[in-house]
Amino acid sequence: MSIRFATVAALCFASTTLFAQTGAKPTDPQIAHIAYTAGELDIAAAKQALEKSKNADVRSFAEDMVRDHTAVNEQALDLVKKLNVTPEDNDTSRALTKAATAKRDELAKLSGAAFDTAYVENEVAFHKTVNNALETTLIPSASNAELKSLLQTGLKIFQGHEQHAEHVAASLE
Amino acid sequence: MPLRRTLLAAFLLLLSGSGSASAHGTTIRVVIQNLEFSPAEVTAKVGDTIEWVNKDVLLHTATDKGGAWDVSIDPGKTGRLVLDTAGTFEYDCKYHPNMKGKIVVAKASQH
Repeated sequence: MSIRFATVAALCFASTTLFAQTGAKPTDPQIAHIAYTAGELDIAAAKQALEKSKNADVRSFAEDMVRDHTAVNEQALDLVKKLNVTPEDNDTSRALTKAATAKRDELAKLSGAAFDTAYVENEVAFHKTVNNALETTLIPSASNAELKSLLQTGLKIFQGHEQHAEHVAASLE
Repeated sequence: MPLRRTLLAAFLLLLSGSGSASAHGTTIRVVIQNLEFSPAEVTAKVGDTIEWVNKDVLLHTATDKGGAWDVSIDPGKTGRLVLDTAGTFEYDCKYHPNMKGKIVVAKASQH
Protein backbone atom coordinates (compact mmCIF):
# COMPACT_ATOMS: atom_id res chain seq x y z
CA MET A 1 0.00 0.00 0.00
CA SER A 2 2.72 2.48 0.95
CA ILE A 3 4.67 1.52 -2.16
CA ARG A 4 1.61 2.17 -4.26
CA PHE A 5 1.02 5.52 -2.61
CA ALA A 6 4.63 6.51 -3.16
CA THR A 7 4.34 5.65 -6.87
CA VAL A 8 1.12 7.57 -7.28
CA ALA A 9 2.64 10.53 -5.48
CA ALA A 10 5.75 10.40 -7.65
CA LEU A 11 3.71 10.20 -10.84
CA CYS A 12 1.33 12.99 -9.79
CA PHE A 13 4.35 15.09 -9.01
CA ALA A 14 5.85 14.17 -12.35
CA SER A 15 2.77 15.19 -14.28
CA THR A 16 2.29 18.53 -12.61
CA THR A 17 5.68 19.72 -11.46
CA LEU A 18 7.09 21.17 -14.66
CA PHE A 19 4.04 23.14 -15.63
CA ALA A 20 3.03 24.13 -12.11
CA GLN A 21 6.45 25.62 -11.49
CA THR A 22 6.78 27.51 -14.71
CA GLY A 23 3.10 28.28 -15.08
CA ALA A 24 3.56 27.42 -18.74
CA LYS A 25 1.28 25.12 -20.66
CA PRO A 26 2.96 22.14 -22.28
CA THR A 27 3.40 22.61 -26.01
CA ASP A 28 2.02 20.16 -28.58
CA PRO A 29 5.46 18.58 -29.21
CA GLN A 30 5.82 18.09 -25.43
CA ILE A 31 2.29 16.71 -25.06
CA ALA A 32 2.90 14.24 -27.89
CA HIS A 33 6.10 13.13 -26.17
CA ILE A 34 4.43 12.67 -22.77
CA ALA A 35 1.51 10.66 -24.20
CA TYR A 36 3.80 8.46 -26.30
CA THR A 37 6.16 7.91 -23.35
CA ALA A 38 3.30 6.89 -21.05
CA GLY A 39 2.25 4.27 -23.61
CA GLU A 40 5.78 2.93 -24.02
CA LEU A 41 6.22 2.69 -20.24
CA ASP A 42 3.01 0.70 -19.91
CA ILE A 43 4.14 -1.65 -22.69
CA ALA A 44 7.46 -2.19 -20.86
CA ALA A 45 5.57 -2.95 -17.63
CA ALA A 46 3.33 -5.42 -19.50
CA LYS A 47 6.34 -7.17 -21.04
CA GLN A 48 7.81 -7.63 -17.58
CA ALA A 49 4.50 -9.15 -16.44
CA LEU A 50 4.48 -11.52 -19.42
CA GLU A 51 7.99 -12.67 -18.45
CA LYS A 52 7.21 -13.15 -14.77
CA SER A 53 3.54 -13.95 -14.26
CA LYS A 54 1.85 -17.34 -14.59
CA ASN A 55 -1.61 -16.04 -13.70
CA ALA A 56 -3.95 -16.30 -16.73
CA ASP A 57 -5.94 -13.13 -15.93
CA VAL A 58 -2.80 -11.09 -15.32
CA ARG A 59 -1.17 -12.36 -18.52
CA SER A 60 -4.31 -11.65 -20.53
CA PHE A 61 -4.46 -8.11 -19.11
CA ALA A 62 -0.77 -7.56 -19.93
CA GLU A 63 -1.35 -8.76 -23.52
CA ASP A 64 -4.23 -6.28 -23.81
CA MET A 65 -1.94 -3.47 -22.65
CA VAL A 66 0.74 -4.34 -25.22
CA ARG A 67 -1.86 -4.59 -28.01
CA ASP A 68 -3.80 -1.39 -27.18
CA HIS A 69 -0.86 0.87 -26.35
CA THR A 70 0.98 -0.29 -29.46
CA ALA A 71 -2.08 0.53 -31.60
CA VAL A 72 -2.54 3.95 -29.97
CA ASN A 73 1.15 4.85 -30.25
CA GLU A 74 1.14 3.87 -33.94
CA GLN A 75 -1.72 6.33 -34.42
CA ALA A 76 0.21 8.95 -32.47
CA LEU A 77 3.29 8.46 -34.67
CA ASP A 78 1.17 8.71 -37.83
CA LEU A 79 -0.33 11.94 -36.52
CA VAL A 80 2.94 13.65 -35.55
CA LYS A 81 4.33 12.70 -38.94
CA LYS A 82 1.30 14.14 -40.70
CA LEU A 83 1.44 17.33 -38.63
CA ASN A 84 5.19 17.52 -39.06
CA VAL A 85 5.65 17.76 -35.30
CA THR A 86 8.78 16.41 -33.60
CA PRO A 87 7.95 15.11 -30.09
CA GLU A 88 10.07 16.97 -27.58
CA ASP A 89 11.51 15.41 -24.44
CA ASN A 90 10.67 17.31 -21.28
CA ASP A 91 10.78 17.10 -17.48
CA THR A 92 7.38 15.39 -17.23
CA SER A 93 8.41 12.62 -19.65
CA ARG A 94 11.71 12.21 -17.79
CA ALA A 95 10.00 12.05 -14.38
CA LEU A 96 7.46 9.50 -15.66
CA THR A 97 10.28 7.35 -17.05
CA LYS A 98 12.27 7.61 -13.83
CA ALA A 99 9.29 6.58 -11.66
CA ALA A 100 8.35 3.70 -13.97
CA THR A 101 11.93 2.42 -14.11
CA ALA A 102 12.13 2.44 -10.31
CA LYS A 103 8.82 0.54 -10.16
CA ARG A 104 10.06 -2.05 -12.66
CA ASP A 105 13.22 -2.63 -10.60
CA GLU A 106 11.11 -3.03 -7.50
CA LEU A 107 8.73 -5.52 -9.21
CA ALA A 108 11.70 -7.47 -10.57
CA LYS A 109 12.44 -8.60 -7.02
CA LEU A 110 8.94 -10.05 -6.54
CA SER A 111 7.47 -13.29 -7.84
CA GLY A 112 4.24 -15.29 -7.87
CA ALA A 113 1.15 -13.77 -6.27
CA ALA A 114 3.15 -10.91 -4.75
CA PHE A 115 4.31 -9.82 -8.21
CA ASP A 116 0.80 -10.20 -9.71
CA THR A 117 -0.80 -8.03 -7.03
CA ALA A 118 1.91 -5.36 -7.17
CA TYR A 119 1.82 -5.21 -10.99
CA VAL A 120 -1.96 -4.90 -11.22
CA GLU A 121 -2.18 -2.36 -8.39
CA ASN A 122 0.46 -0.28 -10.10
CA GLU A 123 -1.49 -0.51 -13.37
CA VAL A 124 -4.55 0.93 -11.62
CA ALA A 125 -2.41 3.72 -10.15
CA PHE A 126 -0.48 4.42 -13.35
CA HIS A 127 -3.63 4.69 -15.49
CA LYS A 128 -5.27 6.88 -12.85
CA THR A 129 -2.31 9.25 -12.94
CA VAL A 130 -2.08 9.37 -16.72
CA ASN A 131 -5.85 9.90 -17.01
CA ASN A 132 -5.68 12.71 -14.49
CA ALA A 133 -2.84 14.34 -16.42
CA LEU A 134 -4.79 13.95 -19.67
CA GLU A 135 -7.95 15.47 -18.20
CA THR A 136 -6.45 18.35 -16.27
CA THR A 137 -3.36 19.30 -18.28
CA LEU A 138 -2.70 17.59 -21.59
CA ILE A 139 -6.12 17.74 -23.29
CA PRO A 140 -6.89 21.35 -22.22
CA SER A 141 -3.39 22.44 -23.31
CA ALA A 142 -3.35 20.76 -26.74
CA SER A 143 -3.79 23.37 -29.44
CA ASN A 144 -4.00 21.14 -32.55
CA ALA A 145 -7.53 19.76 -32.95
CA GLU A 146 -6.42 16.35 -34.23
CA LEU A 147 -3.96 15.93 -31.36
CA LYS A 148 -6.68 16.92 -28.90
CA SER A 149 -9.07 14.41 -30.45
CA LEU A 150 -6.49 11.58 -30.28
CA LEU A 151 -5.83 12.42 -26.62
CA GLN A 152 -9.58 12.35 -25.92
CA THR A 153 -9.86 8.88 -27.49
CA GLY A 154 -6.74 7.88 -25.53
CA LEU A 155 -8.42 9.01 -22.32
CA LYS A 156 -11.44 6.77 -23.01
CA ILE A 157 -9.16 3.81 -23.77
CA PHE A 158 -7.09 4.32 -20.63
CA GLN A 159 -10.21 4.80 -18.49
CA GLY A 160 -11.25 1.38 -19.84
CA HIS A 161 -7.85 -0.01 -18.86
CA GLU A 162 -8.18 1.47 -15.38
CA GLN A 163 -11.53 -0.29 -14.89
CA HIS A 164 -10.18 -3.51 -16.39
CA ALA A 165 -7.18 -3.36 -14.02
CA GLU A 166 -9.54 -2.80 -11.09
CA HIS A 167 -11.51 -5.93 -12.11
CA VAL A 168 -8.30 -7.98 -12.30
CA ALA A 169 -7.16 -6.58 -8.94
CA ALA A 170 -10.49 -7.61 -7.38
CA SER A 171 -10.14 -11.13 -8.82
CA LEU A 172 -6.69 -11.47 -7.20
CA GLU A 173 -7.93 -10.63 -3.72
CA MET B 1 -49.28 -28.90 -68.19
CA PRO B 2 -45.51 -28.48 -67.90
CA LEU B 3 -45.99 -24.71 -67.56
CA ARG B 4 -48.53 -25.15 -64.78
CA ARG B 5 -46.21 -27.54 -63.00
CA THR B 6 -43.34 -25.09 -63.29
CA LEU B 7 -45.50 -22.28 -61.95
CA LEU B 8 -46.63 -24.45 -59.05
CA ALA B 9 -43.02 -25.37 -58.26
CA ALA B 10 -42.02 -21.71 -58.41
CA PHE B 11 -44.90 -20.81 -56.13
CA LEU B 12 -43.91 -23.51 -53.61
CA LEU B 13 -40.30 -22.37 -53.80
CA LEU B 14 -41.40 -18.82 -53.11
CA LEU B 15 -43.36 -19.97 -50.07
CA SER B 16 -40.49 -21.97 -48.64
CA GLY B 17 -38.16 -19.09 -49.50
CA SER B 18 -40.16 -16.56 -47.60
CA GLY B 19 -40.47 -19.05 -44.75
CA SER B 20 -36.72 -19.43 -44.41
CA ALA B 21 -36.20 -15.68 -44.65
CA SER B 22 -38.39 -15.13 -41.61
CA ALA B 23 -36.59 -17.94 -39.76
CA HIS B 24 -33.28 -16.14 -40.32
CA GLY B 25 -34.67 -12.88 -38.99
CA THR B 26 -33.24 -9.49 -39.68
CA THR B 27 -29.76 -8.12 -39.13
CA ILE B 28 -29.30 -5.24 -36.73
CA ARG B 29 -26.11 -3.25 -37.05
CA VAL B 30 -24.27 -1.72 -34.10
CA VAL B 31 -21.25 0.47 -34.93
CA ILE B 32 -18.28 0.63 -32.56
CA GLN B 33 -16.37 3.91 -32.84
CA ASN B 34 -14.27 5.81 -30.33
CA LEU B 35 -15.07 3.19 -27.69
CA GLU B 36 -18.84 3.50 -27.98
CA PHE B 37 -21.51 1.06 -29.09
CA SER B 38 -23.97 2.92 -31.30
CA PRO B 39 -26.86 2.55 -30.83
CA ALA B 40 -26.09 1.60 -27.25
CA GLU B 41 -29.47 -0.07 -26.87
CA VAL B 42 -31.30 -2.15 -29.49
CA THR B 43 -34.47 -4.19 -29.52
CA ALA B 44 -34.62 -7.42 -31.50
CA LYS B 45 -36.44 -10.74 -31.83
CA VAL B 46 -35.25 -14.30 -31.39
CA GLY B 47 -33.70 -15.32 -34.72
CA ASP B 48 -32.36 -11.83 -35.49
CA THR B 49 -28.64 -11.26 -35.93
CA ILE B 50 -26.62 -8.51 -34.27
CA GLU B 51 -23.73 -7.29 -36.38
CA TRP B 52 -21.06 -5.25 -34.61
CA VAL B 53 -18.90 -3.18 -36.98
CA ASN B 54 -15.63 -2.21 -35.27
CA LYS B 55 -14.29 1.06 -36.69
CA ASP B 56 -11.60 1.43 -33.99
CA VAL B 57 -7.97 0.31 -34.29
CA LEU B 58 -8.46 -1.72 -31.11
CA LEU B 59 -9.69 -5.25 -30.49
CA HIS B 60 -13.08 -5.11 -28.77
CA THR B 61 -15.60 -7.67 -27.52
CA ALA B 62 -19.31 -7.75 -26.91
CA THR B 63 -19.49 -9.78 -23.72
CA ASP B 64 -22.80 -10.57 -22.03
CA LYS B 65 -22.57 -9.76 -18.31
CA GLY B 66 -24.59 -12.91 -17.55
CA GLY B 67 -22.13 -15.08 -19.49
CA ALA B 68 -24.54 -16.10 -22.29
CA TRP B 69 -22.18 -15.01 -25.08
CA ASP B 70 -18.80 -13.42 -25.77
CA VAL B 71 -18.15 -12.09 -29.28
CA SER B 72 -14.65 -10.98 -30.27
CA ILE B 73 -14.54 -8.16 -32.86
CA ASP B 74 -11.19 -7.48 -34.53
CA PRO B 75 -10.20 -3.90 -35.42
CA GLY B 76 -11.79 -2.88 -38.73
CA LYS B 77 -13.86 -6.10 -38.82
CA THR B 78 -17.38 -7.26 -38.07
CA GLY B 79 -18.58 -9.67 -35.39
CA ARG B 80 -21.96 -11.43 -35.51
CA LEU B 81 -24.31 -13.07 -33.05
CA VAL B 82 -27.58 -14.88 -33.77
CA LEU B 83 -29.99 -14.22 -30.92
CA ASP B 84 -31.48 -17.54 -29.80
CA THR B 85 -32.92 -16.57 -26.42
CA ALA B 86 -35.46 -13.94 -25.39
CA GLY B 87 -34.54 -11.58 -22.57
CA THR B 88 -32.62 -8.44 -21.69
CA PHE B 89 -28.87 -8.66 -22.16
CA GLU B 90 -26.49 -6.05 -20.82
CA TYR B 91 -23.04 -6.30 -22.28
CA ASP B 92 -19.69 -4.57 -22.27
CA CYS B 93 -16.26 -4.88 -23.86
CA LYS B 94 -14.14 -7.05 -21.62
CA TYR B 95 -11.02 -5.06 -22.52
CA HIS B 96 -12.69 -1.67 -22.04
CA PRO B 97 -15.46 -2.16 -19.46
CA ASN B 98 -16.47 1.50 -19.81
CA MET B 99 -18.06 0.51 -23.17
CA LYS B 100 -21.63 -0.58 -22.43
CA GLY B 101 -24.52 -1.86 -24.51
CA LYS B 102 -27.92 -3.49 -24.12
CA ILE B 103 -30.03 -5.80 -26.28
CA VAL B 104 -33.68 -6.45 -25.52
CA VAL B 105 -34.72 -9.67 -27.29
CA ALA B 106 -38.43 -10.45 -27.73
CA LYS B 107 -39.79 -13.90 -28.57
CA ALA B 108 -39.99 -14.66 -32.28
CA SER B 109 -43.30 -13.50 -33.77
CA GLN B 110 -45.73 -16.31 -34.65
CA HIS B 111 -47.08 -16.57 -38.20
